[in-house]
Amino acid sequence: MKKLVLALTGTALLVAAAVTYTVGARHGTAEAGPEAQLTLAPGQLLFRDTATGRVGAVPLADPKKPQLSGLKCDRFAVAKQTAVCLAVKPGTLPAVTDVLVLDDHFAVRHTETLPGTPSRARVSPDGKRVAWTLFVTGDSYAATGFSTRAGLYEVDTGRLVKTIEELPVFAGGERYFAADTNYWGITFAPDGNRFYVTLGSKGRTYLVEGDYRRYRGKTLRENVECPSLSPDGKRVAFKKKAGDGVWRLAVLDLADMKETELAERRSVDDQALWQDDHTVLYGLDNAVWAVPADGSGTPRKLAGDAASPAVTG
Amino acid sequence: MYIAASRTSDPAAGTDRKPALNRVSANVVALGVVSLVTDVSSEMVTAVLPLYLVLGLGLNPLQFGLLDGLYAGATAVVRVLGGHLADRWRRLKAVAGFGYGLSAVCKLGLVAAGSSVAAIGVVLAADRTGKGLRTGPRDALISLSSEPDALGRSFGVHRAMDTVGAFLGPLVAMAVLALSLGSYPSVFFTSFCVAAIAVLLLALFVKDHPGGVDRAAVSARAAFGLLKQSDFRRVTLWAALLGLVTVGDSFVYLVLQRRWEIAATYFPLLPLGTAGVYLLLAVPLGRLADRVGRWPVFLGGHVALCLALVLLCGPAALPFAVVALGLHGVFYAATDGVLMAAAGPLVPPDLRATGLAVVQTGQAVARMLSSVLFGLAWTLWDLRPAVLAATACLAAVAVAAALAKPVRP
Repeated sequence: MKKLVLALTGTALLVAAAVTYTVGARHGTAEAGPEAQLTLAPGQLLFRDTATGRVGAVPLADPKKPQLSGLKCDRFAVAKQTAVCLAVKPGTLPAVTDVLVLDDHFAVRHTETLPGTPSRARVSPDGKRVAWTLFVTGDSYAATGFSTRAGLYEVDTGRLVKTIEELPVFAGGERYFAADTNYWGITFAPDGNRFYVTLGSKGRTYLVEGDYRRYRGKTLRENVECPSLSPDGKRVAFKKKAGDGVWRLAVLDLADMKETELAERRSVDDQALWQDDHTVLYGLDNAVWAVPADGSGTPRKLAGDAASPAVTG
Repeated sequence: MYIAASRTSDPAAGTDRKPALNRVSANVVALGVVSLVTDVSSEMVTAVLPLYLVLGLGLNPLQFGLLDGLYAGATAVVRVLGGHLADRWRRLKAVAGFGYGLSAVCKLGLVAAGSSVAAIGVVLAADRTGKGLRTGPRDALISLSSEPDALGRSFGVHRAMDTVGAFLGPLVAMAVLALSLGSYPSVFFTSFCVAAIAVLLLALFVKDHPGGVDRAAVSARAAFGLLKQSDFRRVTLWAALLGLVTVGDSFVYLVLQRRWEIAATYFPLLPLGTAGVYLLLAVPLGRLADRVGRWPVFLGGHVALCLALVLLCGPAALPFAVVALGLHGVFYAATDGVLMAAAGPLVPPDLRATGLAVVQTGQAVARMLSSVLFGLAWTLWDLRPAVLAATACLAAVAVAAALAKPVRP
């Protein structure tokens, strides 16, 4: 009898502690500072505030005192009058991500809910296509392994491509077939048709150049991940694997396939972003950094407590 | 006949008319409850950990895989150590309790580790150590608290309760995430509270197995001497050999997903299918094992896995997938607890924890090797040939094991 009382009391206390902590965390995560009404006006650096998860904005010319919107995103990207926000839904197991397509006043134009957790997001330079990469658990043969799924959405027509896995890809003129293909990091050219993406298969990664209208692709080069096309459409910034879990930022000239390593010596695991034709931005250690695209100079910190940079132009 | 078995059992339990739970000792039920509650706690964390590491901390999946894989092997060694210490000190409950407690404290460690990947690595290693330490003594307690002729049923009851916990864990984690608006520390803290409840229940309701202290009998040498005993050695070796040709769960699910094109959203439901069948059949198959012999049922489980694999290579019609998943559940229900029930009586009571830990470790290491080999075969030959080859090997070893009859019925 005494044991039963002890057991019940102890259990009640522990359950109470768990509920108190959980409800307390609710207030912590819901705590909202003032919400700014952001727009996609030119000359801004937009980013994910890593402390709150909210989207923040600073003028590129004077990156101090960010304004935070009420919108929470794990990845964020913009181009022209379109923005995309990838936000994992709280309390979903396995994880489910909301892909929010936003207009220039951050109003939601379209929502797509897909399995997986956010990894990369991009808007084509013409603002007409929104592309993303999600990590999906349980697809791989290691029970805890991940695979990636890259998809896109046509803003004008409302057409959704859940995954580009079925894209016919040619390697050296031959159609490439493999059961384990993964795609990640889509980037579009200004024409909204040519695109680049990383294909991972059998332990290797390839840069694939795709033609969206004809819906086919070809491999250009090995060891290129998370490509990002320059505004002039001639170069690709990417992360190059240097070891297990170590990547270096580099720029590939598409005309002569020459690679230039950038001045950032630390390992960068991000899809880089071109601020203009001369500067590349990326997230690293909870900050957004800028480095010249020609391999010169040194990295410069643009904003602290920030990730997933996006630039309006 | 072991004294322990008759001490804790109901004196009138000789008749088969009594309901199942009456023939299972209170201690086994108490251990089942502790396992149930602990599994809720650990499955909560397992369910959110990949999300937390990749999304919350920005680890890439490869780093996560390394972190995860690194500790899987470590438990194997700790398991034997836990069994040996428990036997040596004659403190099965204390060693098991230490293992449960260590894992519980580790949940708080996850909260404290914050965003430090190194600290999280250390905490996860300690958590797995706790799991490794407690398994041997716990199974020894189950086996010593049961009548020898009802061992299969006891392990069946325990494993069924354990599986209920595994079902509930992810649900509790989802509820906590929803209530806390996506706060991972809340999941870890709640997981700690749940684990602490389990430790409390263990302390209050589980009885240790008393026995005469004979330190000479449980020296390290005596533990190694176990393998000289031919019955025990043969069970250990055959269990490991069968483990070596057993296709891992994740591969089975992946084949299902690939061939039946199951959407990623439903993919996590596949293990629940296996667990559901396991839950339903753990007790009936345990009882069957008590009646017709544990080794035949254990081998029968492998035959079920063989059939499941053959079905996986058949036409991609829905009924095939459902039956294959069901057979996979039968495989678990007929092997996991039943092996412990088969091996238990071959080990003297003073060495029970060590002996059971040795069998489990042999099987676990063999299965890890099998995963590597199967992954390799898949890469080299493609999916279907790899599955067929694995099925052929499994069938061959199962037939050989049936002919060798390592355990006399």
